[in-house]
Amino acid sequence: MKILVCISKVPDTTTKIQFTNDNKEFDTNNVQFILNPYDEWYALVRALEIKEAGTAEQVTVINVGPAENDQVIRKALAIGADDAVRVNMDPKDTYATAVQIAQYAKDNDFTLIMTGKETIDYNGSSLGGMVAELMDAPFISYASHLEMEGDTAVVTREIEGGSEVMETGLPLVVSAQKGMAEARIPTMRGIMGARTKPLNVVEPVAASDLTAIAQYELPPEKGDVKLIDPENVQELIDLLHNEAKVI
Amino acid sequence: MSVLVFAENIDGQYKKATYEVVNYGKKIAGKIGGEVVVYTTGEADHAALGQYGADKILVDGDSRLSVLDGGAYAKAIAKAAEQSGATVVVFSHSSTGKSLASRVAARMEAGLVPGAVDVPNTDNGFTVKKSVFSGKAFAHYAVQSDKKVISLTPNTFAPQDMSGAGAVESFDNGLSDADFKVKVRERKKPEGGVPLEEAELVVSGGRGLKGPENWSVVENLAEVMGASTACSRPVADSNWRPHHEHVGQTGGTIRPNLYIAIGISGAIQHLAGVNQSKTIVVINKDPEAPFFKAADYGIVGDAFEVVPKLTEAMKAFKAANN
Ligand SMILES: Cc1cc2nc3c(=O)[nH]c(=O)nc-3n(C[C@H](O)[C@H](O)[C@H](O)COP(=O)(O)OP(=O)(O)OC[C@H]3O[C@@H](n4cnc5c(N)ncnc54)[C@H](O)[C@@H]3O)c2cc1C
Ligand SMILES: Nc1ncnc2c1ncn2[C@@H]1O[C@H](COP(=O)(O)O)[C@@H](O)[C@H]1O
Repeated sequence: MKILVCISKVPDTTTKIQFTNDNKEFDTNNVQFILNPYDEWYALVRALEIKEAGTAEQVTVINVGPAENDQVIRKALAIGADDAVRVNMDPKDTYATAVQIAQYAKDNDFTLIMTGKETIDYNGSSLGGMVAELMDAPFISYASHLEMEGDTAVVTREIEGGSEVMETGLPLVVSAQKGMAEARIPTMRGIMGARTKPLNVVEPVAASDLTAIAQYELPPEKGDVKLIDPENVQELIDLLHNEAKVI
Repeated sequence: MSVLVFAENIDGQYKKATYEVVNYGKKIAGKIGGEVVVYTTGEADHAALGQYGADKILVDGDSRLSVLDGGAYAKAIAKAAEQSGATVVVFSHSSTGKSLASRVAARMEAGLVPGAVDVPNTDNGFTVKKSVFSGKAFAHYAVQSDKKVISLTPNTFAPQDMSGAGAVESFDNGLSDADFKVKVRERKKPEGGVPLEEAELVVSGGRGLKGPENWSVVENLAEVMGASTACSRPVADSNWRPHHEHVGQTGGTIRPNLYIAIGISGAIQHLAGVNQSKTIVVINKDPEAPFFKAADYGIVGDAFEVVPKLTEAMKAFKAANN
């Protein structure tokens, strides 16, 4: 079995979000980019564990993105992926991105595709389902556990307030969240080794963008907090009832 | 032309988020014209969906759908969309709704807006506002395809009873056994109460509460208010509280009307899960705690003194207002 882990590049969590060009573009000045945490901590590490247990022979990471993404892709190699593929295009629409990944997976016989639960920038949570549909494969989202029993995958799916243990064959797409694995820090040896691991660049197949971001907007500035005297909690209740109207 | 709404019921129970999404379908139909067709499964009080704006309710009685097999569901929903001439298909942005919306969008080659927070703007094309960067900004997505799929963030609009009546019809999905690929081994049902993601009122505790033995402070206030309880990540990581209560970047994202944070410092990763709450109250003994910058109301004080007082005052308020 070969595992394909989908990795994306996102602004670091602590980034101050700003826009340029009349709020039509995200301002990348001074922004530090990282591997999307769910992809790195959960999807990739669980894939590596499955390989280490002897159930998979190969873990490949794939990113749809421009050449400047190579740096974060190398981090995934340093953590332990065998090789990497970058589909050379600017991902503007999730469907067009999913088409690339599904095509690559089918052409190269990957049967387990893993993604993070969502990207922390656009919070789509949608790429995995699209890839699954394009591959006519099951998609199990928000997975906190994944075990292979021979060719059968046993996956725990987290739902609001509960969970379900699902069982299915391959090919399969899984989106990973907390619980799936423990984050790994790349070792010096891993970092050195990553320099010589293959990072193949492939050109995209044709796919149309079905959506585009027309405009960004920052939420209205929060006014100053209204401080309430700890000796007078009744005032808080009055404010919540009469002003905020939430109780 | 019509709007198709996927109405999820869990073991025959419709939740508030489902009524919200039916209502939302009605709002969209008001803009683009046509009727609101609902696709739903199993046995439930389907007619109630009419009250919230469904003109027609397609009930798929196929018992194989009791397992959430997304591939099978996507085929059935896409067929319902085609049959009813739907150009817009709407889901709730719940864990089930999200995973189906993306599949159906790919199947129909429809542009997807996951997690909408407003009604589409149809003045010039079709754009939908959604929250991005973990609540730090919004983006307006222009959907360029003829068909559109939207999932609506729960608790965006309060469901309104429109006292309509929908016609209930049975729907034949045409699925074969080969379309079903997933089995369920075990189910841990949601425990009673409102799941955090749908709660309107949330009381949350952090490391400032010092240990699990002190959680009655949080629980008593929540109980009096009828609120759900949540916690910060270190609290769940230390097993003071169950993991599903953990909110923030790595935990759940919630959007209640009121979020009361007790003994939580307000780290950016925590805010990512709660900053879309309509009103935020922070109780912290440190006036410099970053959470105060994101709060609407704050009390600088010791949680062990302030919260029991607040609980008593809340009890009196409830008694007077019920
Ligand atoms: C990549 C990453 C992801 C993360 N994801 C999350 C996440 O999803 N959710 C999350 O919550 N965190 C997350 N964190 C951790 C986050 O950065 C903070 O460390 C965490 O939120 C702090 O939890 P806390 O506020 O409960 O504890 P602390 O930061 O220790 O704060 C305790 C607060 O309690 C106050 N206090 C103490 N005693 C009292 C008292 N008697 N009365 C009133 N107030 C009192 C203190 O003044 C202090 O402000 C993440 C971190 C990283 C690096
Ligand atoms: N450009 C991309 N290249 C590769 N994988 C991606 C890309 N964008 C998103 N993904 C994967 O899809 C998951 C969900 O992304 P999204 O649907 O955009 O929230 C991410 O956690 C990644 O695993």
